[in-house]
Amino acid sequence: MNLDSKIPEGPLESKWSSHKFNMKLVNPANRRKYHVIVVGSGLAGGAAAASLAEQGYNVSCFCYQDSPRRAHSIAAQGGINAAKNYQNDGDSVKRLFYDTVKGGDYRAREANVYRLAEVSSDIIDQCVAQGVPFAREYGGYLANRSFGGAQVSRTFYARGQTGQQLLLGAYAALSKQIGLGKVKMYNRHEMLDVVKVDGHAKGIIVRNMISGEISKHAGDCVVLATGGYGNVFFLSTNAQGCNVTAAYRAHKRGAGFANPCYTQIHPTCIPVHGDQQSKLTLMSESLRNDGRVWAPKDKETAKQIREGKLNANDVPEDARDYFLERKYPSFGNLAPRDISSRAAKEVCDDGRGIATTGLGVFLDFRDAIARDGKHAIEERYGNLFEMYECITGDNPYETPMMIFPAVHYTMGGLWVDYNLESTIPGMFVGGEANFSDHGANRLGASALMQGLADGYFVLPYTVGNYLGEQGVAAAGQVTTDHPAFAEVEADVKGRIDKLMSINGTESPRSFHKRLGNIVWEKCGMARSKAGLEEAIQEIQALKKEFWENVRVVGDADSLNPELERAGRVADFLEFGELMCRDALMREESCGGHFRVEHQTDDGEAKRDDENFTFAGVWEYKGDETVPALHKEPLIYENVKLVTRSYK
Amino acid sequence: MEKTMNLTLRVWRQKNRLDVGKFVEYKLENISEDSSFLEMLDILSEQLVEGGHEPVAFDHDCREGICGMCSMTINGVPHGPEGGITACQLHMRHFHDGQIITIEPWRAKPFPVIKDLVVDRTAMDKIIQAGGFITGRAGSAVDANAMPIDKQTADYAMDAAACIGCGACVAACPNASAMLFTAAKVAHMNSLPQGKAEKNRRSLAMVTTMDGEGFGGCTNIGECEAACPKGIPLDMIAQLNRDYALAQVKNFFQPVL
Repeated sequence: MNLDSKIPEGPLESKWSSHKFNMKLVNPANRRKYHVIVVGSGLAGGAAAASLAEQGYNVSCFCYQDSPRRAHSIAAQGGINAAKNYQNDGDSVKRLFYDTVKGGDYRAREANVYRLAEVSSDIIDQCVAQGVPFAREYGGYLANRSFGGAQVSRTFYARGQTGQQLLLGAYAALSKQIGLGKVKMYNRHEMLDVVKVDGHAKGIIVRNMISGEISKHAGDCVVLATGGYGNVFFLSTNAQGCNVTAAYRAHKRGAGFANPCYTQIHPTCIPVHGDQQSKLTLMSESLRNDGRVWAPKDKETAKQIREGKLNANDVPEDARDYFLERKYPSFGNLAPRDISSRAAKEVCDDGRGIATTGLGVFLDFRDAIARDGKHAIEERYGNLFEMYECITGDNPYETPMMIFPAVHYTMGGLWVDYNLESTIPGMFVGGEANFSDHGANRLGASALMQGLADGYFVLPYTVGNYLGEQGVAAAGQVTTDHPAFAEVEADVKGRIDKLMSINGTESPRSFHKRLGNIVWEKCGMARSKAGLEEAIQEIQALKKEFWENVRVVGDADSLNPELERAGRVADFLEFGELMCRDALMREESCGGHFRVEHQTDDGEAKRDDENFTFAGVWEYKGDETVPALHKEPLIYENVKLVTRSYK
Repeated sequence: MEKTMNLTLRVWRQKNRLDVGKFVEYKLENISEDSSFLEMLDILSEQLVEGGHEPVAFDHDCREGICGMCSMTINGVPHGPEGGITACQLHMRHFHDGQIITIEPWRAKPFPVIKDLVVDRTAMDKIIQAGGFITGRAGSAVDANAMPIDKQTADYAMDAAACIGCGACVAACPNASAMLFTAAKVAHMNSLPQGKAEKNRRSLAMVTTMDGEGFGGCTNIGECEAACPKGIPLDMIAQLNRDYALAQVKNFFQPVL
């Protein structure tokens, strides 16, 4: 597997600009001869599809939702980072770069992260020009806040709906191109496989989710922006439809999968209420700017709260353990996500958890309301408080919120080089679906930044460069008549037929839940060698059982949510095993990956820079064969690796 | 201990676009009051699958009230009787033991039923495609702070932009009018200085497309505002009417469309 990262020569600051200069260009009149396939319509996919169409390429864009406006980028609440330094508080491209590399626990590629920081300012300009209604100060200028462990105020936001507003901006740009006929939009279509011709990605096979029709689509290259794989855990903050199928199918066709064990567990979600639950709801991290996280100091108090015999407000000050402030005095409640999540887990493991399940801690606004007044808190978090009350029935102005960590984001993804091209030539991967920028842990407000950076400012260049290199004579030469398409289409159909014909007794959802339990217990917030080895065995057994006993009701040639889920769960089962293998291989703790064998005396993550400063990239070797591990060494020329300390 | 309830559901079942469709009754037991409405439907699905029947098809995705995918009329009200939330945010604690709950798809001519509770809302996308954008090619923007926008205007644009495009306004309207949806997008963009250049063209194109897609006219009934999970106010329709009238006059003398 060729893992040439293609990082341009030269100093960090000028790599991107010199790379752009060295790229092959496509004459504007020739661009209309090319056809680009974009899968996914979130921030990365929507922005890439719109931008490529603006440049003159013909684009086909696919999404599984009924409209591109519904991609799950829409649910991001908190904000988007940019190194604008509008607050004059010491921010710069270099600082954003440094914070992101450090926040990722030194497991991201320097050059990519620097480019991300570099284009961050352009994103804000672009979004404002599109009419994204960012929060403003009375003077009319843009407002910023500090967010998710940053010590400068560089986060731009639109109330608690930043993701929605940014996505609607990209959706508007995309809609314009659809209206102009430059983008052909395929709603309610699910990508089920990728087609390679002479080693290059030249098309995809999709299923029309309404009619069940399987169709072939050819293009000059393929862009995947299909999101993360958090739903392997069954319960996560992802939308119900989020899945790994497109990425995993590409992996099976030769795309390396990098760092699948890097998953982010977000500290501020509403705790699980029972086994009928279908998803977890995130409460924006911005709440930690004013809320104080605590748990009772002793187990007995916690027990009384769990049993409803004691009200949280009646716990005296000296019986409360503000554990983040205690453990990390300089960052306090704003400690990064991985650190905060683990701290909450420790408290609950210690028997001091609250909520009926004992899996929860408090996020308390009592002091903030006393300090700034209820009105000020309402201004800042009103919609979030309402959302909390709507779900739990509790009023957070009066009783502290209860929170617990939940799977939220996945830093791992398909391996890409500096051009965001995977190990399959001609297949580009953007947004959460790739592995590139966040290392082992993503900082708050960086996902929106990365999705839009890839979509607006990276892919439109690097895709153009690839097409330019292919030459105009090659444009549009591959059609669906090529035998490779019929072959892959037959595979896809065979798989659907197989799922429909098993006729077992257990629903796809039930298998999904069981898989989720295994990976949450053994490949969640804390991982051990023994646990991961067990998990691999259990997943293999579950996979076997799935293919013998799954029951898919309905038929394949109409709208059938059961069939959709069955196909996705089948891929999650294989992927879950890969994730555990990666976690087992990585004998260190870093970012969201915490191996209990590798911790300091006070329970902090212990990296092994000597042996693990690499991206672990897995190559598919067959259903019955163990995947092969390849390593892309991560070379730090500009940042000194230190132990992350937020104390 | 969590409280549970037994329910009778009357659910609209329709095999496909051409099928006539009918209500089918189901019994559900031991539903936790902490479950969401859609989790209750998940339980129904599992129960149906267990008996070898096809589950009820319904649109849903984020389940946190922002994607706008879920779309069902519950006891006669789009998104259910609570108001101010989407169906996915509705929780069972608002229902009681023994209750009969009727669940139907959005009912509007421009939203044909695809299956059971799933409808086709592409007509709304078409309205946006006609003019619901501010042209700003990637790479062409000036510095974000080059144009200050007073907070009041920015807040108004944000109020309008909060629309999630779910279509509850259309489903609630006796005329199946999409005026609130269209007005929200027009208000968002027309009110911002960046959106001024395309203002007249936008107002005309979006209203023309809305009419062309078969949505009815607005007769100021206000059901849309009541059903809107994001609180888009009726005033925005008045603003749209103003912008549209002005655009028509200008278009007469200096055509933009």
